[in-house]
Amino acid sequence: MNGFALLAAGAPLLFAGGLAAGRLVARRAAEGGTDPGTPVERATFHTLHTASLAAPPLRAGLTEDAARKAVRRLRPLFGAAALGLTDRDRPLAWDGPGRHHEDTVSDRVRQVLDTGRAQSFAVGCPDPDCPVRWGAAVPLTVDRRVLGALVVLGARESAALLRAAGEVARWVSVQLELAELDRARTGLIEAEIRALRAQISPHFIYNSLAAIASFVRTDPERARELLLEFADFTRYSFRRHGEFTTLAEELRSVEQFLELVRARFGQRLRVTLQIAPEVLPVTVPFLCLQPLVENAVKHGLEESVERSRIGITALDEGALARIVIEDNGVGMEPDRLRRILRGEGSPSSGIGLRNVDERLRQVYGDDHGLVIETGVGAGMKITIRVPKYRPGVHSTPPRTASGSA
Amino acid sequence: MNQTYGIVAVSAAVVTTLVIGSAGLRISRTTSDFYVASRTVPPYLNAMAISGEYLSAASFLGIAGLVAAEGVDMLWFPVGYAAGYLVLLVFVAAPLRRSGAYTLPDFADARLESRAARRVASVLVVGVGWLYLLPQLQGAGLTLGLVTGAPRWLGGVLVAVVVTLAVAAGGMRSITFVQAFQYCLKLTALLVPAIFLVLAWHGDPRPADALDEPPTFRRHTQVTVETTVRIRIETPLRAVVTGAVDGQGYDGGRLLLDPGVHQVRAGTTLRFPPDSPVPGLESDDGRRTGASSWAAPLSGGKDDHPLYTTYGLIFATFLGTMGLPHVLVRFYTNPDGRAARRTTVIVLALVGGFYLLPPLYGLLGRIYAPDLLLTGTTDAAVLVLPERLVGGAGGDLLGALIAAGACAAFLSTASGLTLSVAGVLSQDVLPSLGVRHFRLATLLAVAVPVTVSVAAGNLPVANAVGLAFAVAASSFCPLLVLGIWWRGLTAPGAIAGLLTGGGSALVAVALTIAGPLTDGWAHTLLAWPAVWSVPLGFLTMILVSLATRHRIPAGTEAAMARLHLPERPAGQGAPTTRRGVTTS
Repeated sequence: MNGFALLAAGAPLLFAGGLAAGRLVARRAAEGGTDPGTPVERATFHTLHTASLAAPPLRAGLTEDAARKAVRRLRPLFGAAALGLTDRDRPLAWDGPGRHHEDTVSDRVRQVLDTGRAQSFAVGCPDPDCPVRWGAAVPLTVDRRVLGALVVLGARESAALLRAAGEVARWVSVQLELAELDRARTGLIEAEIRALRAQISPHFIYNSLAAIASFVRTDPERARELLLEFADFTRYSFRRHGEFTTLAEELRSVEQFLELVRARFGQRLRVTLQIAPEVLPVTVPFLCLQPLVENAVKHGLEESVERSRIGITALDEGALARIVIEDNGVGMEPDRLRRILRGEGSPSSGIGLRNVDERLRQVYGDDHGLVIETGVGAGMKITIRVPKYRPGVHSTPPRTASGSA
Repeated sequence: MNQTYGIVAVSAAVVTTLVIGSAGLRISRTTSDFYVASRTVPPYLNAMAISGEYLSAASFLGIAGLVAAEGVDMLWFPVGYAAGYLVLLVFVAAPLRRSGAYTLPDFADARLESRAARRVASVLVVGVGWLYLLPQLQGAGLTLGLVTGAPRWLGGVLVAVVVTLAVAAGGMRSITFVQAFQYCLKLTALLVPAIFLVLAWHGDPRPADALDEPPTFRRHTQVTVETTVRIRIETPLRAVVTGAVDGQGYDGGRLLLDPGVHQVRAGTTLRFPPDSPVPGLESDDGRRTGASSWAAPLSGGKDDHPLYTTYGLIFATFLGTMGLPHVLVRFYTNPDGRAARRTTVIVLALVGGFYLLPPLYGLLGRIYAPDLLLTGTTDAAVLVLPERLVGGAGGDLLGALIAAGACAAFLSTASGLTLSVAGVLSQDVLPSLGVRHFRLATLLAVAVPVTVSVAAGNLPVANAVGLAFAVAASSFCPLLVLGIWWRGLTAPGAIAGLLTGGGSALVAVALTIAGPLTDGWAHTLLAWPAVWSVPLGFLTMILVSLATRHRIPAGTEAAMARLHLPERPAGQGAPTTRRGVTTS
């Protein structure tokens, strides 16, 4: 009985150990083939493998962390005493002995950075045991700009080593170029999102103002209220800072939106809310609900004459929050919807849906895109599942009135 | 105890919980009014929910049992359980909420930007969760056994099934309301009977001196021993025995027990006359339980080193509360750091108020239910008292109320724990299962502790909880405190500290439960590991972080700013104040 208890109490530890061991074994099995191959094959494999290991860190750009990891993996390629990477201002990483030659090396590196040409140089050292006698510095060039240098220190002068250093420097440069490309692509996506996100349809602005105008004489108080709602709504939607907000803020914006819609359609629109208070502080992408609600309103009201019902539900699901937006409107043909989400539809239709879907996938991964259930005449049900926590996702609180842009 | 009342009360508690859990949301929040729908959980409600989730079987049953059996030293348990929130309030509550983390692994991830640290924290969360679930299930077995006469293991299994179904079916959706209701139920279930008990105690023509050494039976008392025990008798004692004592069979025969140690076989029934002293229970290794000097602090109890034990208890409970997974997830419900802090203050009041009651039950249990000392089932003291003191239908009703409260205690804590353990299992430990396999994770989260609790038999409920606290204190307390208050923490440091502190405490716990050592300093050190494992965890974390100073996460400054800068006050975004002129 006691043994059982011991086993049970140790179970988490054993479990963790087993998990780690299993992974390790799996990785080993994946790496080591049974056939060793010819020496040339092995050398080729070894070189390519080393290079592929060093590539991922460098794809983050020339940072200290990336340089440290890359240098550690690349040094075996040279068999040299020491390998270092610098950027334009300072040494980033150093693997191997010979740190006491830093002054000599940094002088040389400065020259390399200035001229953009590789240099080899002798290193004089009073210490007879020091393995460093000779060195080479090769520039890392991207788009004809010198970003940094690769430094190799060895025991003796060697043309092969110099050539290898040149090749590796070129390879590193390519990786850095790819990193810049990555950055540019991310920037492009961000710009795209920024361009897409605050697209309140001009029709909505026009319709709202027209609806408000119709109240100005009959019910000035209502008109004033609506104008203020309109002001608040536009300010929230046009805010420039912060990619994320809380669900509570997002719901407030939806409320203002619906208030304006009601001004136009009156009792034809019925909204039911079911919000678990636990999920109100959840961080969500900015303006991720309003386009979906707008879509529901459009399907429900503008394309049919009956009464329209819209349901907004937010539920707590442990580490997730599930948000559902339903309408009883005209629905949509699934194929057409699929085309819209793929970006193949006409640019005017459903751009809001696609935009929200893309942003959700970009932030939370492909598991968290929109889930849409619909059919012609069957209404539409859109489900979002948002994790309560995701690294790097933090809501930016809206600024106070005086500080807003 | 009247079984019909008991069964009705327990079923009512379960059904009400499930109904509020699944329908509460619908009733209270379906509206077309945005203002009503988007009200955040107010601090008092969240505080009630946290208290409801926190007050476990250990608090409801265990403390009274320990106080009855081992004396005033055990008052440190309620003190520590409540004071843990003070530490949480001062060091952790607001920054943790501002970090945006939902679980402890989330916090490790947010602060250290390391997948590995996240993974280690997840494994430890699961470990602490399982360790804490164990006594809940045992408490369930005890209560249901007493109420319905079912065998011990059945209660645990039953609760496990109810909790699994509720959690897996998503029946705990409006969990805040459920847990707040559970707190009210638990408080009522102890408070109302307590009033009647105190009145009965005062009405007693012979209000016995509670501090009698040793306690005496107040009337003809019949005791049935469930497991074979050894009892120590100081003065010659008369008893009517059915069963076997010292290897000799009796069938309703009178017996004069001489001073010394006697062995009573399982299933034996002893009848004692009034005013005879209660024999002390002798544990297998020759140490005495049922302390002779019950009312004096540090007077021995069952441990060899009472001062050390007390500090072990203080370290574990004061610092362990912040590492309990099911408590921390509830802080996410607060809209901001300020609300988190306010919530914690209210929790302190609610929990502190509650903890005034169990010691009273412990005291009364020693006077009016001394036979429990003989059978060793002192955890039942709370449940049997109304029957003993008030008696009749009134006693039965009060007993049923207490049973319902106990049921709420292990249901709420068990469901909260299951929810967080299953969440971590599905998210971090077994990510390959995918988000949709939450139900499978729930099953696993419950199955392991159920198996152990059926297999391991009887751990004292409050002690087992103490062990869970010790593990939480020596792993998560360093992580949270250093993570929030020290810029120099690195991922390798945190991992090393979690593994050394939490790992050593886990090993100590495992050895204690398995019990190869039963005596001396080694046993005491292992049974109360927090005194050495908490500093060990801190020290490892600090030293390894200093040694890996170049690995300080790049985002540390930003993370620190987020943790410590107060947010814009909540409520300022309300339409009424927001409206007006915008300067651009």
